[in-house]
Order: sequence, then structure tokens, then C-alpha cells
Amino acid sequence: MANKHVNAVIVGAGAGGGVVAKVLAEAGLSVVLLERGKWHSFDDHTDDELFNQRTTVLGNAYGPDDARYCRVVENPDGSTRTVLPSEGGYNNNAACVGSGTLSYGAMGWRFMPQDFQLKTLYGRPEGSTLDDWPITYDELDHCYERAEWEIGVAGDDEGNPFAPPRKKPRPMPAFPYNKEANILIAAGKRLGWHPFAVPMLRNSIPYGGRPKCIHMRSCCGFACPINAKCGTQNTVIPAAMATGNCEVRTDAVVSEIMLDGRGKARGVKYFDIDDRLQEQTADLVVVSASATETPRLLLNSKSKLFPNGAGNNNDWVGRNLQGHCYCGANGLMDEDIYEEAGPGACVAFSDFSHGNKGLCGGAMVANEFISLPYAFTNTRPPGSARWGLAHKEHQRKYYKRTIRVMGPVQEMPVFDSRVRVDPAVKDHWGIPVTRLSGRRHPHDVEIAKFVVGKVEALLREAGAKSIWSWVPGLGGPSGGQHQAGTCRMGNDPQTSVANRYGQVHEIDNLFIADGSLNVTNGGFNPALTIMALGYWVGEYIVKEWKGGTRFRA
Amino acid sequence: MATKAGKGASRRACLKILAAAAGGVAAGVGGAMTVGKLGRAPEGPWRVLTPEEARLVEAVSEQIIPSDRDPGAKEAGVVHYIDRQLDGPFKRFAEKYRTGLACLAKTSQAMFGKAFEELGWSDQTRVLQALESNKAPKDIWTRPSASEFFGLIRDHSMQGFYGSPRHGGNRNYASYKMLGLEYPRVIGQNRYPDKKG
Ligand SMILES: Cc1cc2nc3c(=O)[nH]c(=O)nc-3n(C[C@H](O)[C@H](O)[C@H](O)COP(=O)(O)OP(=O)(O)OC[C@H]3O[C@@H](n4cnc5c(N)ncnc54)[C@H](O)[C@@H]3O)c2cc1C
Repeated sequence: MANKHVNAVIVGAGAGGGVVAKVLAEAGLSVVLLERGKWHSFDDHTDDELFNQRTTVLGNAYGPDDARYCRVVENPDGSTRTVLPSEGGYNNNAACVGSGTLSYGAMGWRFMPQDFQLKTLYGRPEGSTLDDWPITYDELDHCYERAEWEIGVAGDDEGNPFAPPRKKPRPMPAFPYNKEANILIAAGKRLGWHPFAVPMLRNSIPYGGRPKCIHMRSCCGFACPINAKCGTQNTVIPAAMATGNCEVRTDAVVSEIMLDGRGKARGVKYFDIDDRLQEQTADLVVVSASATETPRLLLNSKSKLFPNGAGNNNDWVGRNLQGHCYCGANGLMDEDIYEEAGPGACVAFSDFSHGNKGLCGGAMVANEFISLPYAFTNTRPPGSARWGLAHKEHQRKYYKRTIRVMGPVQEMPVFDSRVRVDPAVKDHWGIPVTRLSGRRHPHDVEIAKFVVGKVEALLREAGAKSIWSWVPGLGGPSGGQHQAGTCRMGNDPQTSVANRYGQVHEIDNLFIADGSLNVTNGGFNPALTIMALGYWVGEYIVKEWKGGTRFRA
Repeated sequence: MATKAGKGASRRACLKILAAAAGGVAAGVGGAMTVGKLGRAPEGPWRVLTPEEARLVEAVSEQIIPSDRDPGAKEAGVVHYIDRQLDGPFKRFAEKYRTGLACLAKTSQAMFGKAFEELGWSDQTRVLQALESNKAPKDIWTRPSASEFFGLIRDHSMQGFYGSPRHGGNRNYASYKMLGLEYPRVIGQNRYPDKKG
């Protein structure tokens, strides 16, 4: 039986897609939210250090699975390799209702106003496609606010003179600092820096009908056993369903956006749980499949007017893949600083986010999520024994004495860092897979070197005896859990994929609402910004709809 | 996509090599324990490893995480973790284990004229150091390389020792106790399920 035609079909129930579903359903549009994964809870994988979304040696707890999915990665020498979802090169986020927001570390950052205008502020480094966002921080402010209140963020701006302006405080108070944070705060202040509490998409008090956080040490990478973490799966998606206007259909793998002869979207094709091909027609289509899957879907959707894929007549779909050039340092302390107070990350400094001489942007730096015992076996000063009694002694002596501080350095968009579809390799359903290629811009590494120097100074001031740091190389393509930028928004169709409202140039009823839209990715974790974009795109669709635009094919 | 490990022929070849390396000790058949100059193979049942391979993996893992005042890999059941995963998510490594273990047995013979399990502690360490630094005889190791195989078994041993007990390793919460970590991890309910701890 054919599926009932609806007003909107949304592909992907992650950070962006979950928000759009709520906004549209509340406005009275009939919505089908298609998600390739399933609903998950803590009980599915509990606190298993080997099988979660952060350490994936036995698989991705919250998808995708190794049996049905794979990707192709181009090595710097042009050769290729096929990678499985549980392997690093895949650049996975997740595949389930909520996607990464089910299991994330839940840092809930706003980008800073400067992050939307890097090109104007600093100029474009050679070899980069750097541009300003077509929208400003001020325009997005109320969307950040909705995300903070409707999904839930704990934090305040006390102590942070660089905090982006806001009209309304966050709904929940900041979390208390743990022992290591207090040491870093004292050290940072001695250096003249400005420590403040990391804003968290996590309940510091009961909120949204869910209890307050119980501080699991296994938090980042895991679903929360008591639902104190705020993702789209336990906030906006249930709210969308509660309107009676939104159906969430899981195990639905979308293979193609159907385009008609006039260049309008008619709906999507997807494979259901029994691998049967289905069609879902709709007045409008929103693609929120993540920065590595949204371009794949567009590129796999060829038609007469778009022979190179939907919205790709100017060859910008899949370009400018970014993540973060994460850098940081570890320090060994003389006494125990570990406190059983997960998730661990709780103090940050924004002193080096912007205004670093000669550098285009920067990064906030924060103490890191608790390292679990197996992960810690790979945290060693250079040259130390990796096994044997020396390994064991280090593990015993320093598991509770190691501080790690890191920063997500903003990356310069690069035209050839990109998502394509592989000409040969297909997934379980016969859909051509994502092929990743390209390298970082050298300027990212310059910024990372600078930031790492600051982190080392902080650890030294905190009393760390042995300090070692890392700066990523140019590497393969960046992306990972912070993947972004591959269908960027812009005013010029020659250099972007969607307009300032996420509407694909030339296809009025096809929208994008996920990290793909990010022109740049901020020196912060991106989820709250992606959620804010969900509101931004959703509000535009609703405004047009109410004004009489029906978007129909 | 994932390559299926073609067991059959190469498995038998490895068994032969292992039997030879073990100085002619009869290879265990149908999971029977081998008693001989190498001592008993660890208690099965084994899903992928032969009892001889299991004994070798156990010896290697114990080198990687030796027992001292806290349990080591052997007591924590690391070999059981590895065997179980080779039948699951690590199916793709099964062939590498089979070949790598056979090459390790040969390396031990080449370096000291004895099976790995027969060597004294520090000679075993030397064999593994040779693997780690890729200084083991190149004619023995082609694919996987010695250091690749060592990296694999080192990493898997760490997983078995420090990971969740639900996968067959970290018996009796050995590593959590060693690190002084409460389990389960819900604050206010910290306790080990067993009374021994
Ligand atoms: C362990 C971990 C920790 C993290 N920590 C943080 C943090 O502390 N702070 C932060 O800001 N961010 C964090 N992130 C990143 C954050 O989760 C992502 O930035 C965010 O979820 C991206 O949003 P998105 O809408 O672009 O894509 P996603 O949220 O990934 O949503 C895409 C959805 O589309 C679905 N999909 C894809 N293709 C198809 C298809 N063909 N058919 C149907 N469905 C499809 C996917 O299954 C997925 O559910 C973390 C992520 C992980 C995994």
C-alpha cells in the first residue's frame, strides 16, 4: 500500500532534523520523519567501554553497523581504502533517533559573533574557500535561545568576558566544578585567563520532566541511564509526536530524493525494515542526514535538470568538509585529581577563541571528558613502555592523576576536502557509498600549535610535572563527530548550495537543516548551533507556509 | 565490505606449524586439553582458537599485562575475551591471528630454539620486543608484519583486561578494582556485584 502523502518529509532524526520536525508539526504541517536507525536506550549497551559511540572497538553502539554500511576513503597518494563504520576513517557520528545527541558529551555551545564573519574579520587564507555566513549571530540569537530552552542547557556566563551576547539566561544553573577543574581554574586565573563553566545540554536540575544528572563517569559516548542528557530523542522529537502531526519511521534508509521534470522535489525513496523500496511523497523535503550523508543523498539524486545530483549544478555539493583540528596536552600530577563526577569536562577558557595575532580564529579550551580504563592505556608520555609491568604501574599510578585539556580548532574550509559518492562501492541496499577525500588547510595546524602552547602553559602552571601535547597533521579529510560544511549556505549560488534559509538553490521545496549548512564550524563543538539552524530553517518554512507558499511539486 | 576470513586450508596449515613448533606434541582434537611439556591448555571451550593457540595467546597476554600484586591478563581471562571477539566483531582479524600466532611460534624457535610457552619470562619478553620493533626475522613475517600483529594482540589484550566484563575478560572486575574504580558506576549505588571484592 502506498504511503499517505504528507506536507513534509524529513530525512534524519538527529540534531537538525529532530528540531525541524517539532517546528513543522507544531505549526500544523503533517510530517514524516525518516530515520535509518532505531530508538535506543541505555539498556541496549549499558556502560560498555568497548561498545559505545566514542570507543567503538566492538562496534558503534548507536549505529551504523559494520555489516551493512561502509565508506571509501582516498589516501593522500590517491589510492583508496574501504572503511567500516566502527573504524576511525569512516568519520562516523551515529545512526539512531537522536543520532549523536543521544550519546554526546553534551557541551552546548553557542558560536561567537565573530565565528559567523571570519572572512571579513581576518581575510581569506590562500587555498581556502573561507567565507562569511549569510546570517549573523544576532539573527540566530533567538534560535539559540529556543534550543537552550526547548532542549535544555545548563550554564551561565559568569567569569567569561568573551561570552556571546544573549537576551535570556539559560534555563538551568551551571554544573559545579570537579577537583581537576578547580586546579585549572586557580592556575588559569594566575595566568590572567578567564575560566567559566562549560554549558551543557544536560540537566543540572530536574527539567523537561526528566531528572537531574547523576554524574556517570561513562557519559560521553553513552546513552544516559536516567535520561538526564538532553538530546533531540527525548525532547523535540517526542514533542513533535505529541502534536499528532508527526510520524517517526525508523529503519528507513533513504536512497534518493525524487525530482520532477520541472526541478521540484516530489518526495523520497527509501528502503524499509524489510529492505523493500518505498516512496514517501511530500510537498517539501528537508534533508538532515548529517554533513557526510546529506551530500551523498543529494549526489545520488540525479535528474534531467540536475544530472550531477540535486542542487549540484555548480559543483559545490559535498565541498568544504570540515571537522575540528583538535589539539591538546596531557599532564601528570603528583597527587590524585580524579573525582568520580562524570562526565568530567566542566571548565573552559575562551581567551584564545579570537584575536590571536596573525591567526584566523582559534579555539576554546576545556578539560576533557573522563578517560575510561581501556582508553587510558593509550595515554602515555612519548617513549613510555606500552605493555608489561611498566604499563601496569603507570596505569595504577596515573589513572587518577592525569589532566587532559583540549581545544577544537576552527578549520579553514578547503574546496577539495570533500564528500563524493564512490563509483563502484555500494552499501547493503545497493546505494553508492560516501567517498571522502582531501586534507586540512595548513593554517589549521598553525592555529593548533598556538593553542597547544597555551594549554601547555596552563598545565605547567597547574603543577603538572610531565606534559606532552599533540597537534594534528594535515591528515586525511577532517570530519568526524563534528562534521560540517558540505552543503554550505550562502547568498551566491555560484559558491554555495543553499540560501540563507537552508533552501537549496534552484529547488524551492528542498531544504537542508543539519551541519552541512555550516559555512565555518566555530572554535566550539557544533551541536547547539546545528539545533539553532533547525529552528532557523523550520521557522522560515512555517512562515512561508502560513503566508500561502505551498512548495508543491 | 568486510572480508570473510577463509578458514579451512590455512587453518590446517597453521595447526601443523604450531604442532611442529611445539616439538611434536599432539595437537588437541575436538577441544581436548593438551597435556605435554607445554602444560595444560587453558580451559575452553574455544570458539575460534585451537587449545594450542589459546595457550599461546594466554602466554602473550600475560606478558602484556603481567600479574603482580594485582591480577594479570591470565587471571582476568583475556584469552576468553579474544576468542569470543574472533567469533564476532573481530572475525576480520581471525586470519591475522592464525598466521601471526604461527609466525610467533616460529620466531620463538628461531630465536631460542624453543616454543614460546617453554621460554623463561625474560626470553618471552625479548621475543615480543623483537616483534614490537619489527626486528623479528623478516623471512618469517610478511603479512601481517611482526609489529602489526604485536600491536593487534597488545591492543586486544588491553581491551580484554580493562573493558567491560560482559565480553569475557576483566574477570571479577580485576582492572576496575586495581584502579580503585567503583562498579557499577551509578553514584550512590557503588558496589561490586560479588562479595569477594
Ligand atoms: C560521542 C559523541 C560525542 C559528542 N559530543 C558533542 C558535544 O559535547 N557537543 C557537541 O556540540 N557535539 C557533540 N557531538 C556531535 C553532535 O552529535 C553532532 O554535531 C550533531 O549530532 C550533528 O547534527 P546533524 O543534524 O548535522 O547530524 P546528525 O545528528 O548526525 O543526524 C543525522 C541523522 O540522519 C540519519 N540519516 C543519515 N542518512 C540517512 C538516510 N539515508 N536515511 C535516513 N536517515 C539517515 C542518521 O542516522 C542520523 O540520525 C558528539 C557526537 C558523538 C557521537
